Amino acid sequence: MTKVAKVHEDGPKRTLKQMIEPYIYLLPFAFGIIVFTLYPIVNVVLMSFKNNYDFMSRSFSGWGLENYIYVLNDSYFHQALANTFKYVFIIIPISMCLSILLANLLNQKIKGSAIFQTAFFLPMVTSTTAVGLTWRFMFNNNSGIINAMLGLFGIEPINWLQIAGNNFYALCIYGIWAILPFTIILLLSGLQNIDPLYYTAAKVDGASSTKIFFKITIPLLAPTIFLVMCINTISTFKVFNDLFPLFSGPGVANNLFTAVYYIYYQFRVTRPPRYGRAAAAAVILFLIIFVMTMIQKWVEKKTKY
Amino acid sequence: MEKFKANFKLSMVFVYILLIFGAIIMIFPFFWMITGAFKTTLEINLFPPVWIPSSFNLDNFKYALQAAPFARYFINSLIAMVGSVSVCTFTTILAAFAFSKLKFPGREVIFTLLLALMMVPFEMLVITNYQTVISWKIYDTVWALIIPFTSSIFYTYILKGFFDSVSDSLYYSARIDGCSNWKYLWRVLVPMAKPSLVTIILLNAISRWNSFLWPMIATINVSNRTLPFGLYAFVNEGGAKTELMLAASTITVLPMIILFLFARKNIVNGVARGGIKG
Repeated sequence: MTKVAKVHEDGPKRTLKQMIEPYIYLLPFAFGIIVFTLYPIVNVVLMSFKNNYDFMSRSFSGWGLENYIYVLNDSYFHQALANTFKYVFIIIPISMCLSILLANLLNQKIKGSAIFQTAFFLPMVTSTTAVGLTWRFMFNNNSGIINAMLGLFGIEPINWLQIAGNNFYALCIYGIWAILPFTIILLLSGLQNIDPLYYTAAKVDGASSTKIFFKITIPLLAPTIFLVMCINTISTFKVFNDLFPLFSGPGVANNLFTAVYYIYYQFRVTRPPRYGRAAAAAVILFLIIFVMTMIQKWVEKKTKY
Repeated sequence: MEKFKANFKLSMVFVYILLIFGAIIMIFPFFWMITGAFKTTLEINLFPPVWIPSSFNLDNFKYALQAAPFARYFINSLIAMVGSVSVCTFTTILAAFAFSKLKFPGREVIFTLLLALMMVPFEMLVITNYQTVISWKIYDTVWALIIPFTSSIFYTYILKGFFDSVSDSLYYSARIDGCSNWKYLWRVLVPMAKPSLVTIILLNAISRWNSFLWPMIATINVSNRTLPFGLYAFVNEGGAKTELMLAASTITVLPMIILFLFARKNIVNGVARGGIKG
């Protein structure tokens, strides 16, 4: 009782301190967020509506939709969106099927699971640049191991990197390999959350393992599957980094523009830099990702129980 | 029963075959990178490829370090990583504490808004951040690699989740005993949160070490490059020899491989919990 009274005693002084204190704790965090997240969002939206914006002189000829009109009519932007959507539609289903299978295998009572986990998850922590360069060497037309392996099955060497069209498939193969670890981890943790009682009951009833897989595992895992699919769709939609180690840029004769590469191209490759166009493309990219995120949130809410 | 056992054994053999096959595919690029780093120019260009190099001497590593300043890149990567991760951990601890235990008007609203900000892709912020580092005259310095990464909503969110799980009655009784917020945070909460802190530090360190887009945008001079960007530039600008490129790649991935071997469970759990790539 006395202690409570003591806290009360120095009331006004404490309240003032209490009022300010939270903001002092938040200050260092807020600095980074305001300068490098909040301001850039506002700025990029404003910039996208400034016609002929020049960063060096901070001048622009007026407000308007010129950047959007340019970007939406730019054939490189069309190509970038087409490539990006095609990439997402190839990567997501294949990587999901493989990951569901592998996560199920890893979830069995197996010996050496530490070794298997290390092998399956290692690509997640290693630099995509270093590993991507190794893949470039593996894809090499003349001395690459992939063509050598295909040769064992009597398949003629494929020029993976230097032919437009082929290079898209090289990008997809690499992309699937690179996304598997993350996908398997999330699915595996979803599997481990399934109550083992379901399996025991099914086994007592004499259900076959195929039946268990399709009638118990898949339905109970469905929320996780959908969640992972949403996260992966958003992250694969931002495909960009892989282009550099594999092809030193957007492929042969610029055939591999992606949505994020287009942004980069407008403000860092084009001379003079077209910040307005980059900003307009970034806003469009954001809107697409926003819609995907809303779908994800909606499904998360629906499946929470 | 016998038949069941035989069936079971057969299916387990099948499981192992698939797992081993999958593991080989996942691990193969690393095997190829590291063995390639020991091959001679002749061996690397042979077709069909040579599986095991004839000797395991470190010549390629030596030549790679001479051909480009990889030692410098390594140090830059290290400074950028340690600098941004340590400051970010500090700001994260303070902010997570404020959002979890301190009361101020609009706390919930601000936190919800922050979570909404998380879905804005970094790729969209890059344009303005590039302009900011130019305006601040830190373009092409190591500061440009540290300062933009001193706060993280995602890690604050994870740590706040842990702080929330610590009972408030502990906090109030400590406060009544005259313990200041500052003392309570550092003497009580932070030691309790050690596992969560280790996880966010590891995930942050991995993503800083491997980051490519930002260093490519924010640095230009050879002496300011980090490992991933320096490695890429080495290949792209000079038409580097493959075996030297593989040696340099090995130098780039080795620290993270070692980290992963020691902290696999922590990293994997962190990724599973956060649902966001490291």
